[in-house]
Amino acid sequence: MGQISLNQVTKSFGDVQVIPPLDLEINEGEFVVFVGPSGCGKSTLLRLIAGLEDTSSGHISIDGNDATVLPPAKRGLAMVFQSYALYPHMSVRKNIAFPMRMAGIDEATQKAKIDAAATALNLTDYLDRKPGQLSGGQRQRVAIGRAIVREPSAFLFDEPLSNLDAALRVGMRLEIMEHHKKLQTTMVYVTHDQVEAMTMADKIVVLQAGVIEQVGSPLELYHAPRNKFVAGFIGSPKMNLIEGAEAAKHNATTIGIRPEHLGVSKTEGLWKGRVGVAEHLGSDTFIHVHDTGLMDMMTVRITGDIEARHGDTIYLTPDMDQLHRFDAQGLRIA
Amino acid sequence: MARAITTQKKVMWTALAWAFGLTMFFPILWTFLTSFKTEAAAISDPPVWFFFDWTLENYVDVQARSNYPKALMNSIIISVGSTFLGILIAVPAAWSMAFVPGRKTKDVLLWMLSTKMLPAVGVLYPLVLLAKWLGVMDSRILLVVVLMLINLPIIVWMLYTYFREIPGEILEAARMDGAGLKAEILYVLTPMALPGIASTVLLNIILAWNEAFWTILLTTVNAAPLTSFIASFSAPEGLFYAKLSAASMMAIAPILVMGWFSQKQLVRGLTFGAVK
Repeated sequence: MGQISLNQVTKSFGDVQVIPPLDLEINEGEFVVFVGPSGCGKSTLLRLIAGLEDTSSGHISIDGNDATVLPPAKRGLAMVFQSYALYPHMSVRKNIAFPMRMAGIDEATQKAKIDAAATALNLTDYLDRKPGQLSGGQRQRVAIGRAIVREPSAFLFDEPLSNLDAALRVGMRLEIMEHHKKLQTTMVYVTHDQVEAMTMADKIVVLQAGVIEQVGSPLELYHAPRNKFVAGFIGSPKMNLIEGAEAAKHNATTIGIRPEHLGVSKTEGLWKGRVGVAEHLGSDTFIHVHDTGLMDMMTVRITGDIEARHGDTIYLTPDMDQLHRFDAQGLRIA
Repeated sequence: MARAITTQKKVMWTALAWAFGLTMFFPILWTFLTSFKTEAAAISDPPVWFFFDWTLENYVDVQARSNYPKALMNSIIISVGSTFLGILIAVPAAWSMAFVPGRKTKDVLLWMLSTKMLPAVGVLYPLVLLAKWLGVMDSRILLVVVLMLINLPIIVWMLYTYFREIPGEILEAARMDGAGLKAEILYVLTPMALPGIASTVLLNIILAWNEAFWTILLTTVNAAPLTSFIASFSAPEGLFYAKLSAASMMAIAPILVMGWFSQKQLVRGLTFGAVK
């Protein structure tokens, strides 16, 4: 259970087409992440799958059945919203029970499932509280609990962690992945955070302006981005993209080199520049280099700590095996 | 906002506010006082204020000459009935306009409000003819329906404003959780909008209670509510100020008491949409 297919799906709001014809296969048990800049249509795409938005054309099928015009309640999916969307007038217990109550499940089963979910999510002590009395992380757990008890064929997550602080976000990320491993249910997850995408996904779908730029595993996207957009979007800090004469030397319109694939020296190297800002993270150092004559600002990532003062001259040498080449259309040259 | 307020200014504004408040309250106070005067004292010139022979005879007379309990019962049935019927119709209407607005939603809302600008007398003939044809003149059911229709735009508008404050995602969550339309409105929307619905109910009971045009014109004996009860003391026997005042006090007392106890809800209802 949990096979979702999108076939030539489009979505327009008025005269504006936000999703041009799109095909996508989501396989059973997969953790699929939709990632892209804000406004790229990733949330719309999730809402189309959920049935909260109607498709303008095309077909959506879930587990082999045409679900294009099925109302959300009949699709057998569960969704976790960015704002948690808990029912403020109900206790945590009633919030979690709600989908089971709608499905007409008997009280005893309901209670057993609530208790199991509460134990799994560390909510046992909070079952009789109202959502307003919970912290952000607890609310998000309640939302997940409400989704789990439905035993859906797939979970849909719409930027579920973006309202949490950084520390909590990492914790919840691990929790969600843990649940995925345990439940083995398909999960579709929307985020604008490429770190979340890289760490969580079996399969990443990179979107821009409603168009799928690339579908692949995190490492495929990292090592072989299909075009300049994916190259720039996946990876942190961003890939350095160089155009002009230097690119032409490699028979390309644009060449790309990731910050971690640049060697640094104070005495010699292929490219010469001047240190701008150095960010010391302890484990790594990011150096932003100006005046290379190749691009506005190049970023280098060095493992460990290195001394780099503002204005110092610095030499950079790319690891040629890790060089990415793109043609005039921005597509990868193999 | 920090600003310097002198004591002098404070006194001035306080005095002004009291003066304004008392002016607004004066007619009710005067009616109250007059209801305890003899007819002679009620029209004496110069008027007497507090020092007259207080009497309850007006209240006794009014009771003796007409059927107050029946009028009270009619008022309660008509105002409460029309309000709840209105809520029943307005909740789905406001839901659809607040959560699934179409291109014409704004126009529909304005059109509904515009019906409040129509002089009531403009539809008097059609309504009376229709009521006669249906054989429902002077019946409670007619007034319940008519007052519901009169107040429906206000009920829909108020509910619409409250519903707009409810995050749509919560309703979407309910849909994802397997709730159909009925369950969504019944278990999620209505409980969340309960404070808003309560103030709408209160305000509309008051509006219906005080409605005098239709209640007087469409009733004679059977369905006559308190507004007709007051009116019956003004016309036929000349002006009996004291008795008229007593009747008025009896008519407004129940709604005044209700209003007093639900002040908080009412203020929220009256200032709806003012603060977002």
